[in-house]
Amino acid sequence: MKLTGKTITFSNPIYINSWASAVGSKETAGPLKNDFDLTFDDDLLGQPTWEKAETELVKSAVKTALDKGNVTLPQLDLVTGGDLLNQCTASSFASRDFSVPFLGLYGACSTMAEGLIVTSAFIDGGINYALCEASSHFCSAERQYRMPIEYGSQRSPAAQWTVTGCGAVLLSNKPSNIMVTRSKIGKIVDLGVTDVSNMGAAMAPAAFDTINEFLKDTGTRPEDFDLIVTGDLAQVGRDVVIELFQKEGIDIAPYYDDCGCMIFGDQDVHSGGSGCGCSASVLCSRLLKAMEEGEIKSLLFCGTGALLSPTTSNQGESIPGICHLVELRRV
Amino acid sequence: MKLTKEQYSEIYRRHTNKSNLVKDCLWAFFVGGTICLIGEFFRNFYLSRGLSEQSAATAVPITMVFLGVALTALRVYHKIANKAGAGTLVPITGFANAVSSAAVEFKAEGIILGTCVKMFTIAGPVIACGTSASIVYGLILLLLD
Repeated sequence: MKLTGKTITFSNPIYINSWASAVGSKETAGPLKNDFDLTFDDDLLGQPTWEKAETELVKSAVKTALDKGNVTLPQLDLVTGGDLLNQCTASSFASRDFSVPFLGLYGACSTMAEGLIVTSAFIDGGINYALCEASSHFCSAERQYRMPIEYGSQRSPAAQWTVTGCGAVLLSNKPSNIMVTRSKIGKIVDLGVTDVSNMGAAMAPAAFDTINEFLKDTGTRPEDFDLIVTGDLAQVGRDVVIELFQKEGIDIAPYYDDCGCMIFGDQDVHSGGSGCGCSASVLCSRLLKAMEEGEIKSLLFCGTGALLSPTTSNQGESIPGICHLVELRRV
Repeated sequence: MKLTKEQYSEIYRRHTNKSNLVKDCLWAFFVGGTICLIGEFFRNFYLSRGLSEQSAATAVPITMVFLGVALTALRVYHKIANKAGAGTLVPITGFANAVSSAAVEFKAEGIILGTCVKMFTIAGPVIACGTSASIVYGLILLLLD
């Protein structure tokens, strides 16, 4: 790989061979319902706990992605995975039965983009098959970060709804229609937002920083891409990103959307969707499908993450944001 | 472009929707009022069945706590609370919901380390602060007398 500024251009061809998404009931009722591979009406997926349900979600997405790519588990040289649970258990527990080299990642909701960068770098370095996945579950996240599911409280208008979903992408050096061409690892940006009910606002400056730096490094403009999509900024964060680009003299709005705004319709989710599963399941449904069909030929997939914990927010710390960018091209 | 925290705060606050206070207050008033009305209905019912004022004042909270827990178990309480806010939080049914929701939620981690340890996660501070405040008010009342 080579660097232009801090933008990575992969030297060897890296292809996306297959992908799969698995989602819960609320996502199935949303506007992308026909694009998901697996939909579950029972958010427990027949399991006794929410954590086990999330692990099942990961397993089912990984297996489906492998089946779609006609690749078996022993052929995989690497699996990367991450989620929102303490110690990343959804991913590592799902990989327990896989018996495949595994790297656990934590980038909060940016994990899918982080996984794509890590697996692409390994394929660029010479391995054959790698799979990356990221997941979140509304109930397991809610009970860890906020309140018990049945606790009655009112959500803030800027609050976001954690997506119950998993996305898995199989990458290799074997030719397909979609390539990973460039990427940018994000810097942590913190502009002092402390409101845990406004993650979009906390992450938006990181998204602006990464996308803007990428455009500068590569000498490109938003119109050079069919779509620039952020992970889970939702309505508040998306509007902020558009304004930050306007201040920079760039009109990004016609080429820009956010997975957190795409995944839910009018479903009382306030600002929109969030969680690792948000960008992962939207990428592995509507976005890659649109690329496969040629509707999108160039995509900047920008996973956004809020790197806080309940402890840091209780201690009054502000929320550090991050955004990793991956450029995908139809060939 | 370099933004200070203050400049950025001005930007994102402009894009952040505010709660609709009038609507929230009306919801809280009517739902909270309805819960109180139900409580009043039970008080009159118990009095009509021959309970003393003092016994009725004990029986009503027991009934309301039961209803709060039952609605939590039926997965209804949090749906009402999503609209009603303080209307479901302030009455004793809200306290019942806080304890029972945590008790049920953390059952997965076992009866002792899950349910028993986490049961008062939300209600604990209310009990601690409420008890402390009542001691302070009691002392003030004692001094004034």
